[in-house]
Amino acid sequence: MKTASFLALALGALLATGGPRLAKAETDCLACHGEKGMQDASGHRISVDGQTFGASIHGSLKCGDCHATIKDYPHPDQITPVKCETCHADQAAGLVGSVHANRAEHPCTSCHGDAHSIFPKDDPRSAVYPLNVPRTCGACHGNAAMAKKHGLPNVYPLYIDSIHGFALSKEGLLVAANCQSCHGSHHILSHKDPQSATYKTNIPKTCGNCHAGITAEYMNGVHGKAVAAGDLKAPVCTDCHTAHAILQPTAAAFRMQSTPICGSCHKEKLSTYRDTFHSQLGSLGGYVETARCWDCHGAHDVLPASDPNSPIAPANLVATCGRCHAGANASFVQYQPHANAYNRKLNPALYFVRLFMNLLLAGTLTFFVIHTILWLIRSRYDQIKKKSINGGENA
Amino acid sequence: MRFTRAQRYLHATLFTTFLGLAATGLPMRFSESIWARGLAKAVGGFGAILFFHKLCAVVLTLAFLYHVKDIFTRALVHREKGVFWGATSMVANWKDVKDLFGHFRWFLGLGPKPQFERYAYWEKFDYWAVFWGMVVIGFSGYAMWFAPFFAHFLPGWALNAVLVIHSEEGLLAILFIFSIHFVNTHLRPDSFPMDLVIFTGVESEEEFKTKRSMEYARLASQGKLEKRIAPAPGIWQINFSKVVGYTAIAIGLILLVLTLSAYFI
Repeated sequence: MKTASFLALALGALLATGGPRLAKAETDCLACHGEKGMQDASGHRISVDGQTFGASIHGSLKCGDCHATIKDYPHPDQITPVKCETCHADQAAGLVGSVHANRAEHPCTSCHGDAHSIFPKDDPRSAVYPLNVPRTCGACHGNAAMAKKHGLPNVYPLYIDSIHGFALSKEGLLVAANCQSCHGSHHILSHKDPQSATYKTNIPKTCGNCHAGITAEYMNGVHGKAVAAGDLKAPVCTDCHTAHAILQPTAAAFRMQSTPICGSCHKEKLSTYRDTFHSQLGSLGGYVETARCWDCHGAHDVLPASDPNSPIAPANLVATCGRCHAGANASFVQYQPHANAYNRKLNPALYFVRLFMNLLLAGTLTFFVIHTILWLIRSRYDQIKKKSINGGENA
Repeated sequence: MRFTRAQRYLHATLFTTFLGLAATGLPMRFSESIWARGLAKAVGGFGAILFFHKLCAVVLTLAFLYHVKDIFTRALVHREKGVFWGATSMVANWKDVKDLFGHFRWFLGLGPKPQFERYAYWEKFDYWAVFWGMVVIGFSGYAMWFAPFFAHFLPGWALNAVLVIHSEEGLLAILFIFSIHFVNTHLRPDSFPMDLVIFTGVESEEEFKTKRSMEYARLASQGKLEKRIAPAPGIWQINFSKVVGYTAIAIGLILLVLTLSAYFI
């Protein structure tokens, strides 16, 4: 008898210390819910690991603090859902009007994970720890069917192969941009919403949160000034670098893909660039060293040639061209990288050289095609008439 | 015997490097076309294509310089007659003009077939087209290769012009050789399917007599026909010539089709 009561006492003490911070009252709930694999009538898991819960950020709370409607045991089968906003009012307010505002589709746990094992966001066990954020968001935003249903790009694979994704997943850089660095966390707005951090005119500021130097350069250039003045056609960071699949700018793939992006606005410049050796060499892949738009014009602080700070200002051309062409001199930089051989006014000498070459080509070929065709007909006629064999047999 | 060993080697060097230049130059000229990237990739990317283009260019330049040196040595040092003028010269003369019109009259059934000397007018045209082409394409090519150097004595617009000149003249050469020269020299019934004389150096006396009757008559009257007799080529030589020749023609025709496709597809 004595032994039995001692054992009961010991068991009680053990249970009480099982979750170090669990108040004694909680052991009553865990008496049932501590059982592994416990499910309700509709199959939802309703078991709670006391150890994990005790270590979690909510470990000091009592069950009833969240499950406020349960006062007694036995409690009803149907219980009211937990209202996180009772404590987390700011976060709940942030969700209002956001893309995830529908609480039935996006409960807090869809991002923060299991309600009984939530950790602070600087804890590597947290679903919203910086290194875990892309995987957490990717649970939905890496799902092609979901992306298609909502008309969204399937961004997770794009991000994870990007320079940000590599920095985060390979290097484990906490400062690498993850989803919420750009999109925010609770108050995520569509990029079409002018209030959104990803709205076109807000992009430079958003990227500038990390890339402050580049953003300052950009705001100084023609594109930055145009965007600041409300010109939505001018490019922001994402127009050239893309939003998610951002590549290392020196990478061959980026050098290959970017020229057409500039050309999507600067059509005439792209077309004349296409006629040059720079483009002919550069567009075939593998040979990425030839000059692309930004090699001459600068990338972020693009300035017109009339600006003395521009790399294409007449006084700077020898230095700019000289970066690739060692020994470039004043005469060398008279080369027109956007010459139009069909524009007599702008490039008269080139126009006439082109015209002469075209006429020479067309004239010579026309004459000899006629000559050769007539010759062929006549020779064949003779051959048939004389029933002679092909000449090659005589050799 | 029509061509010396040196002349045949010169032609071999010429057409090998020419095919190389065409195969590596066309993807650059038509860098936006569907086949250009594939071809560039097959050669080993663009650095490789440019390297082969320059390599062929240097070899061809050396062959060209050797040829020019050879001509002047023959004419000025050895005092060989008929290099610059006369029946055996490559330089055009009044007879060539008459032959051209006479040939056209014969095409149309309006006159007799002209009798040709050692080099007919279209052969002289081929020679000078290549000669002029090499000067023009070569100069414009080197001007691009060493642009900063050439900029010391060329105006800026000339650097734009050299690409236009290089690509148009190159295109003309490619289209001309792969259509006109192939047909005039090899594919016309008198030579079909291939005139092997540039590979073996010799042709039958009968063919000589038919194709270049004036030269034959001149040699006969001078009693020099004997000197021109050479042993018939070995079977291996003929077969080797055929393999090389058909390969060159095949490559040329493929490049011709690709070139035309870039315009019309």
